Amino acid sequence: MTPMSDAMPEIATDRQVDRSKMTVSAEVAVQIEKMNKWYGQFHVLRDIDLTVHRGERIVIAGPSGSGKSTLIRCINRLEEHQAGKIVVDGIELTNDLKNIDKVRSEVGMVFQHFNLFPHLTILENCTLAPIWVRKTPRKEAIETAMHFLEKVKIPEQANKYPGQLSGGQQQRVAIARSLCMRPRIMLFDEPTSALDPEMIKEVLDTMISLAEEGMTMLCVTHEMGFARQVANRVIFMDQGQIVEQNEPEEFFLNPKSDRTKLFLSQILGH
Amino acid sequence: MADTEHEFVRSQMLPALAPPSSQVGAVRWMRENLFSGWANTALTLISAYVVIHFLWGMAPWWLHAVWNASSLPDCRKIIQTDFGPHAEGACFAVVHERWKQLLYGFYPDTEYWRPNLALILMLAAIAPILFSHLPRKLLAFSALYPFIGYWLIWGGTIWFPVSALLGFVIGGVVFKLLAEKSAVVAAGAGIVIAALWWMFGESWLEAALHAALPISLPSVESRDIGGFLLSIIIGVSGITLSLPLGVLLALGRQSNMFFIRSVSIGFIEFIRGVPLITLLFTASLLLNYFLPPGTNFDLILRVVIMVTLFAAAYMAEVIRGGLAALPRGQYEAADALGLDYWKAQRLIIMPQALKISIPGIVNTFIGLFKDTTLVVFIGLLDPIGFINAIRATSEWNGIYWELYIFVGALFFVFCYGMSQYSMYLERKLRTDHR
Repeated sequence: MTPMSDAMPEIATDRQVDRSKMTVSAEVAVQIEKMNKWYGQFHVLRDIDLTVHRGERIVIAGPSGSGKSTLIRCINRLEEHQAGKIVVDGIELTNDLKNIDKVRSEVGMVFQHFNLFPHLTILENCTLAPIWVRKTPRKEAIETAMHFLEKVKIPEQANKYPGQLSGGQQQRVAIARSLCMRPRIMLFDEPTSALDPEMIKEVLDTMISLAEEGMTMLCVTHEMGFARQVANRVIFMDQGQIVEQNEPEEFFLNPKSDRTKLFLSQILGH
Repeated sequence: MADTEHEFVRSQMLPALAPPSSQVGAVRWMRENLFSGWANTALTLISAYVVIHFLWGMAPWWLHAVWNASSLPDCRKIIQTDFGPHAEGACFAVVHERWKQLLYGFYPDTEYWRPNLALILMLAAIAPILFSHLPRKLLAFSALYPFIGYWLIWGGTIWFPVSALLGFVIGGVVFKLLAEKSAVVAAGAGIVIAALWWMFGESWLEAALHAALPISLPSVESRDIGGFLLSIIIGVSGITLSLPLGVLLALGRQSNMFFIRSVSIGFIEFIRGVPLITLLFTASLLLNYFLPPGTNFDLILRVVIMVTLFAAAYMAEVIRGGLAALPRGQYEAADALGLDYWKAQRLIIMPQALKISIPGIVNTFIGLFKDTTLVVFIGLLDPIGFINAIRATSEWNGIYWELYIFVGALFFVFCYGMSQYSMYLERKLRTDHR
């Protein structure tokens, strides 16, 4: 037993995480400067400054209502920001619809409630965007889709409809669907919050293998074990602002702010 | 301590038996549904008595039916000689005598093959729309059908529908060429150029082609088209046009663009707030005042436009219900994948919203089809119009049940068909496996 173990969250899975390709480059993937957002009179995001380098795995944690989901939804413009600047892959997000669609096709997103298209089969869910947005030939799109469905370990479900799959399977399909667009950045908005415990593991496994391949990831999650194993940076948010950020070891062992300490003690059950 | 009281070991497995005869099939069904207690038994007996009494009263009327007679007095005489002086009976002879008018109006006898062929081709044209497992290439014929159907029914030179079709082709090409730049500009330019073509180019090309190669059918005037033919023309055109218009209005109502939203809401609320009959009178009397002098389009066309607008307003609200039932996540997932507005609508939102709205849409369709009988008030002779005309003749004065039963039965066949199709479609599209 290491001396730090009682303060550290349980590990997410029993597998060994291969860190050989988890390298952070100097290239900037997402640049957020002095970003502010309001819902009507309510100031949801306050002066957010965040630079994400290519290859980073960032976990964003915080109590509900702290603005963490809103933050990552601003990165692909599902939410509009009112002040400040967001640059994704060199493209600044403005009202220009062309730029927004371009950013969205480069940035994959996984939602809490999967949001698969229930009227399409699993395979069609995965091939739709490549065919209609990327103009990929159908045959190639199907090959890509099968490749990623194998990667998330459900190729045999390809011709079923989302309603026939379990929650964990649906979330893995949602990940595969995003990957089919060959995104350079992946956003995860509480991907495991709507799942049963044993399904959480299969989704986390998929996310870990994605991280092992060097994907740039921003995850809003309460899975502190995942943060500890995979993230290179943990960000703690409260009341619409970034309260503290650090490497996972330091974040969990030596939280600086009282707000972080309180949050960690609640979430880790101490 | 050994618990012998609860100890049990089965030494022999039991074979599966058939359930007792009182628990299966018709006997069980009757026991459960008709005779489950003394109150239910009494109600069953009373209902059976009422049904039998009713059928007993009606039976002679149906059994004494006369199919061949030249007038109502004639009919009555035949019934009385055959079944006694006080016998009553149906006189379906009127349907036998006048079915051509009820079906075709004053359409010339020698040309009946044209509406018949148009009906058969119409079934062929809607088949690939209704049944998705038919080859998609057949949809090309469906797109051409309005022009073929128009030519068959109204006749005249074939070059009129051909040059009219060309307007759509020209507009489509313009849209395709400009669509890369901006979809809105492209759509606007396409519509304007097609309209210019119809106003200036079309009649010139039609005349030129007709001079070069005169292919034509004898013309039939709109006032000669009546009966069920008229109901089907108005009903089918209204149904096919109101759905796309309703979709656009529903989307317009939810648009972020102030102008489009206001126009959509204004249109929907105005049309829904006005009785159809008012709109039909507008079509028959007032529309000419609003149009540029010299334009005089056909009364049937005007009625089709009004019926379409009327149904589209209802359709828009039905589809809005479907849109409201979709979770926000569907929009977000489509957005997050980089689909633009129109692609998201076409591939993700509408297929689901329309599926949810099927019962309401079919409801509107059935209502529209039955409302076509209102055109009788503006002087068009639909089946109801002919019933009035036939009852006003000296031969058939005093008859009513038989004609209304016949027309009612025809309407029922169409409406029941639509209803059954919608049930089939709902079953087929059920992918949620709840």
